[in-house]
Amino acid sequence: MPLFDTFKARAEAVSAEVHRCATKAEALDFILAFLRQEPGAAVWANGPLLDDADRLRLSEQAPGLAFEVTRENAAAAHCGISQMDWAIADTGTLVQNAAAPEQRLASMLPAIHIALAPTAGLQPDMASVLARLHPNQSSYISMITGPSRTADIERVLTIGVHGPGRLVIVFVDELVGQDSSPAAGVHAGLRAAGPGGPAQTWGAAPQRRET
Amino acid sequence: MPDAFRQSIDTALHNPNLTGALGRFSEAYKISRAKAYEGVDFEAVRTRIAELKSYAAGHLEQLSELFTRNAEARGAKVFRTNDPEKVNQYILDVARVNGVTSVVKSKSMASEEIHLNAHLEAAGISVAETDLGEWIVQLAGERPSHMVMPAIHMTKEQVAALFSKEVNERLTSDIPQLVRVARNELRAKFLNAGMGISGANIAVAETGSIVIVSNEGNARLVTTLPKIHIAIVGIEKLVAAFDDIIPILTALPRSATAQLITSYVSIITGPSPTPDGDMKDLHIVLMDNRRTEMSQDPKFKQALQCIRCASCLNVCPVFRLVGGHVFGKIYTGGIGTILTAWFDELKQSEDIQSLCIQCGNCTEVCPAKIDIPDMILELRRRLVKEDGQSLKEKTIFAVVNNRRVFHSMLRAASVMQKPFASGGFIRHLPMFLSGTCDFRSLPAIAATPFRDSFKEIPQAKSKEKVAFFAGCLIDFAYPEMGAAVVKVLNQAGLEVVFPDRQTCCGAPARYSGAYEVAAQNAKDNIEALLQEDVSYVVSACPTCTVALIKEFTHTFESLGMADCLPRAAALAAKVVDFSSLVKKLVDEGRLTLKPGERLSKITYHDSCHLKRTLRADQPPRDLLQKAGFELVEMFEADMCCGMGGSYSLKLPEISAPILQRKLKNLKDTGAPMVAVDCPGCTMQIRGGLDREGSSIQVRHTAELLADRIDC
Repeated sequence: MPLFDTFKARAEAVSAEVHRCATKAEALDFILAFLRQEPGAAVWANGPLLDDADRLRLSEQAPGLAFEVTRENAAAAHCGISQMDWAIADTGTLVQNAAAPEQRLASMLPAIHIALAPTAGLQPDMASVLARLHPNQSSYISMITGPSRTADIERVLTIGVHGPGRLVIVFVDELVGQDSSPAAGVHAGLRAAGPGGPAQTWGAAPQRRET
Repeated sequence: MPDAFRQSIDTALHNPNLTGALGRFSEAYKISRAKAYEGVDFEAVRTRIAELKSYAAGHLEQLSELFTRNAEARGAKVFRTNDPEKVNQYILDVARVNGVTSVVKSKSMASEEIHLNAHLEAAGISVAETDLGEWIVQLAGERPSHMVMPAIHMTKEQVAALFSKEVNERLTSDIPQLVRVARNELRAKFLNAGMGISGANIAVAETGSIVIVSNEGNARLVTTLPKIHIAIVGIEKLVAAFDDIIPILTALPRSATAQLITSYVSIITGPSPTPDGDMKDLHIVLMDNRRTEMSQDPKFKQALQCIRCASCLNVCPVFRLVGGHVFGKIYTGGIGTILTAWFDELKQSEDIQSLCIQCGNCTEVCPAKIDIPDMILELRRRLVKEDGQSLKEKTIFAVVNNRRVFHSMLRAASVMQKPFASGGFIRHLPMFLSGTCDFRSLPAIAATPFRDSFKEIPQAKSKEKVAFFAGCLIDFAYPEMGAAVVKVLNQAGLEVVFPDRQTCCGAPARYSGAYEVAAQNAKDNIEALLQEDVSYVVSACPTCTVALIKEFTHTFESLGMADCLPRAAALAAKVVDFSSLVKKLVDEGRLTLKPGERLSKITYHDSCHLKRTLRADQPPRDLLQKAGFELVEMFEADMCCGMGGSYSLKLPEISAPILQRKLKNLKDTGAPMVAVDCPGCTMQIRGGLDREGSSIQVRHTAELLADRIDC
């Protein structure tokens, strides 16, 4: 099964909504139409789709939309839009370099989270993504799979506890993915201190990344 | 066992909300867990986790140092200590220096281990647990009853009552509405808190990262919104390499909640900017609290491999009856018992360790390959060593320790029981003894033990000889099973010998922590069974078989009796359970079962030891079907029947409801007969059915096959 189809099936199985747009223009139209259907305050954390967009036009068409994301306006927003970097097909998971706090605010405080993802960022599994997004590149890596959920009362699955109750994923074919060159220089500290444990424990990470 | 503990068991057993919720969950869990692992090689994943966590447990000091260096290089402040008090003091100091008055927490069992909330609250700092279940138990003033589902013991009505009081508004028990109330109440606390406290599921030495999984999203909020973040990390959470997180993140959600992955996974490496533009003040507390000491104890190092998925709770026949308020302290269930003995103190595990029935379900599902029942036995052994055996047990084992006295007493009992026995059962014991058996009838002790009746069975000389190890139950309660075993083996052309000096296999002593007694039993039996040159030593009791194959060696090892090991190994090499041997004889064409006839429906109950220790659940099924029976599987066929040897006498209040479930599943099949390979299970199930007046028959596989061999 193509990665996108696997992703869609897995993500929908955990109540995420999955859409795919060929172009950036199509994605912008989708978002504007969505915001018209879910009117109210919205926040959009900076990302490549927004970089190229005409913010003035967006503001005119979606009057509640703010591009500066603060804790106050994110907490008050109905929709939050944030940028993802990678996606894991076999679990329907989005992966985000969330070191910038606005990416997290927009993806966790509003009732609806619209997650933009480059189709080119789709990977088969977690190992493939973690080989491309390493802690040395990001102080805060977030993986997101479906909306916030709990089963803490009588084991009844309930959606939307502390995070969003809806996760709307928009893959954009035209968005360029992250540079997938191997992370370098992270293992210096390890090599210096490595007391010589089993080769697979100590050696696995750098070997994997070099392939 | 103290009365207060017995009372707590009784209260739990009579709480239908608790037993209902846990019972339904454990049944659903088995199915959903299996589905979550579809397409994943569980054995490979858990082997990898066991390796990498075992490596980490063996290098705690190096990994702590490396983690500290790498996390500090990224700007985190790392505080390492062995002393729980210092953890509390450190956090309190950070709070005071920064003028923190309110704290939000995401789940941290390490913080519960050191009673952090009480310390902060005593200093006037308000603390809000933000995981929904943890918040519920915090509001109720209770402690979590399950490591993953803290409030599973409470109903939605109870939660509605708690929340109504908290928000000063009458709420209905509508669950989505209750969750919305929690969201609103806690949202304000998130936005206003001066400090966020989290735990960590994994700490990566190579990168100085902490990894936190959550479903509700509270961990992301706790680690993002307040200016200060303190992560409390037990050092057993350390792994060496970043890639080590992959197998753990593969197994943890699948085993814990049967999810492929949790809704959120956060990997935090050093501080990030806060929403207000400053850098986060990130503190990581590496807490030891006897974990290093534990890693140096060869018997208990393995427990540090735990990834806290709680699957051992979910499959435990005892936990699902009593829950974590009885079975555990901060950490609950089987693994919780072991962690309590260390992180709290050995004495604190004394009552709860007795709850383990040694069925082995937990070892089957543990994603870190931890042998929990084995460690609980070791706790038992150390407790007995420290406190000594109870007078009652001491008296019993003094008898068992001397075969002649033991056997003469059993013979005497067979005479003395006469007023109470009828139709092979003892249905009412006098006065003080009746409390321990009134949920089932007990077998009457046979008038002639098998060791005597065996002499009446003529044995044709053969080149191939087999020694039969009867075990106490077959020898003294069910000699007809022994006769059946001999008949089947003779039919295959084997000569059977019965070494007269064989005695109790030692399992009762061992499971009570009386290892010296078990060792003496082992020595006596090895002597008796190796005396004659035989091809096999066969037993029709899986508990005895396991004792002969594995536990003699294990007991000698535990007691440092290295000189006894070679003979124990020589014996173990010859031992085989009845059904496996017969299956082999049939496959080799040395024994034929009467063909062609269609017999009745039959269901099969798995003995814990035959299924999970000897892995021989298939041979008896094959043989019974070959013999013409129509096998119908019962629900939870491999769930313990509640016998557990002397467990059913020590904890009859738990043994009885376990048996009730078994009887229900058995009756639901509609089969008129159940086959078992264990005289202990026979005793339990037959006794329960007799008490109910049921006509369902319980037969040992050997008896059923003895009727179906071509003579």
